[in-house]
Amino acid sequence: MEESLRPVIEVRNVDLGYDDYVVMRNLNFSIQKGDIFIVMGGSGCGKTTLLKALIGLKGPTKGEVLYYGKNFWDKDDKEQQDIMQRFGVLYQGGALWSSLTLGENVALPLQLYSKLSVKQIRQVVELKLALVGLAGYADFYPSEISGGMRKRAGLARAIALDPDIIFFDEPSSGLDPLNARMLDDLILELRDTLGATIVVVTHELASIFAVGNNSIFLDPESKTMIASGNPKELLKNSSDPRVIKFLTRGEKLGAGK
Amino acid sequence: MSPEKLTFDYSNPKILHLKLSGDWQISVGLPAVDEVTSQFALHRDTKQVTFDFSEVSKWDSGLVSFLLDLVNECERRDISVVREGLPEGVQKLLTLSLKMREKVVVHQETKESFLESIGTKALEVIKSIRLWLDFLGEVALSFGRLFMGKSCFRRDDFVSTVQKCGADALGLVSLISILVGTILAFIGAIQLKLFGAQIYIADIVGIAMVRVMGAVMTAVLMSGRTGASFAAELGIMQTNEEIDALKTLGVNPIDFLVLPRVLALVIMLPLLTLYADLMGIVGGFVISTGVLGLNPVEYLNHTQAAVKLSNVWVGLIHSFVFGVIIAIVGCLRGIQCQRSARAVGEATTSAVVTAITGVVIATAIITFVCQVLGI
Repeated sequence: MEESLRPVIEVRNVDLGYDDYVVMRNLNFSIQKGDIFIVMGGSGCGKTTLLKALIGLKGPTKGEVLYYGKNFWDKDDKEQQDIMQRFGVLYQGGALWSSLTLGENVALPLQLYSKLSVKQIRQVVELKLALVGLAGYADFYPSEISGGMRKRAGLARAIALDPDIIFFDEPSSGLDPLNARMLDDLILELRDTLGATIVVVTHELASIFAVGNNSIFLDPESKTMIASGNPKELLKNSSDPRVIKFLTRGEKLGAGK
Repeated sequence: MSPEKLTFDYSNPKILHLKLSGDWQISVGLPAVDEVTSQFALHRDTKQVTFDFSEVSKWDSGLVSFLLDLVNECERRDISVVREGLPEGVQKLLTLSLKMREKVVVHQETKESFLESIGTKALEVIKSIRLWLDFLGEVALSFGRLFMGKSCFRRDDFVSTVQKCGADALGLVSLISILVGTILAFIGAIQLKLFGAQIYIADIVGIAMVRVMGAVMTAVLMSGRTGASFAAELGIMQTNEEIDALKTLGVNPIDFLVLPRVLALVIMLPLLTLYADLMGIVGGFVISTGVLGLNPVEYLNHTQAAVKLSNVWVGLIHSFVFGVIIAIVGCLRGIQCQRSARAVGEATTSAVVTAITGVVIATAIITFVCQVLGI
């Protein structure tokens, strides 16, 4: 019961870096259930490093990341695995396993972690592929389809187990505007129907305003987050020229400059 | 499967009222649709299916997939499905996936007849022979350009390849050659002991190593070491579109990538072979003098007398041919690689297998030719 009241993800005083090199310091934010949370910032500001820390691939150098109140990096492998099972991740290029067909790609998590029969797994796979608009593509290999389709298939795999939290790494990069729009709609749809919490790392302004209801803005120069909140309100109310510049594609340079 | 999740209510005629209850989640497991369809077989007059969803505590897309399958089964039997009892989220997902299902694409998988498959195989063989010839031709042209001074590759690339397929392999080549030398000495000893002619071990080890074994063993090692790495490297470059990037820059990938590799291996393999010959003789010497009790000076004199210069030339011709085979096979497999992780693995395997097969066949041919010519 307590779990539903807590934020899904809490990040407290987190520093990120590689060896001695600091990428980001002093990050503090929390993501509530049902949020579509945007991590934005210019290229090279550490968005992907932050994502790696959030999905459990690389720990922060300092601070803690809590999921439902549990400190992820303090737990042993087994408990970390249990927490990670509730994640779905859509990697930038789809990251499909190239030696498996799309159907097998989506089926693998189900075979590992569900109690369904072979026939039921096939049905769930068909459903997931249909949801991302790839009905009938189950027997294709990743090399036989286009980049945009690979990305959608990656999403089908990410949502195979109906995860509580879905992470998107640059979901619209490499997609045409219509497909990018379709993906945005799908993100909203997933949140509404499955009640998933969604974290999106992106710098596509159209997506940021279309889907996000909360966000943080990472700045590479000061190496920390300089703004947070609903992106639309940030655009309206922020007084920070760096944020305004980013959110208006540099057309409005903001009051400060 | 717990039967309580599904209960069937026939209180209204011709209507199947499905009561769902409990958790309908992927992680817990779901009832099979057959449980419902078997009801249709019992009650053939069913015309409508309705749902009671009030008892369900948790659900996820597993439920949607169950319902989707049920809807399909009902359509086939002309039974209407009333979706009103379902929560809004389920209805939405159901509608969405039914809509998406209309634009199904079918994978073009055609079944071939036996004769067709033989034909396809034959055509593939012809195609691969043509690819081989194409590639060999291009490499030949590329060498032509090299001698005209018109080819373009990076000297650093060439030097580092020389380093990788020459000096870096010395340790491995030493180990294997010394062991081959000792093995030859032992095998010779068993037979020659019968005639009291153990000193001829020196001849056997010397001639065998220099004429063929040194070259063959080095070639086998280098197929696994260098041939495979050529194939993997070029295969990954192909996967990353790096080779396309060279082409668009107007750089011939054969000149830029294949030529330095072939050149490096063709230069280094004979040198490695000479080194391997020496190491093999050392191995035989150590065993013969240390274990079998032969006189060291006599052994060396015998070796010197037995191994003629012509033997060394034959060994070097072997290694030159092997160098060409290993380098070209490795590069060809890499360049032909498809764009996936699995294809890179296949390219590497096939590079090693083809190279070793080629080495053995070439050895047989050269040995036969030498026999005929009396060398």
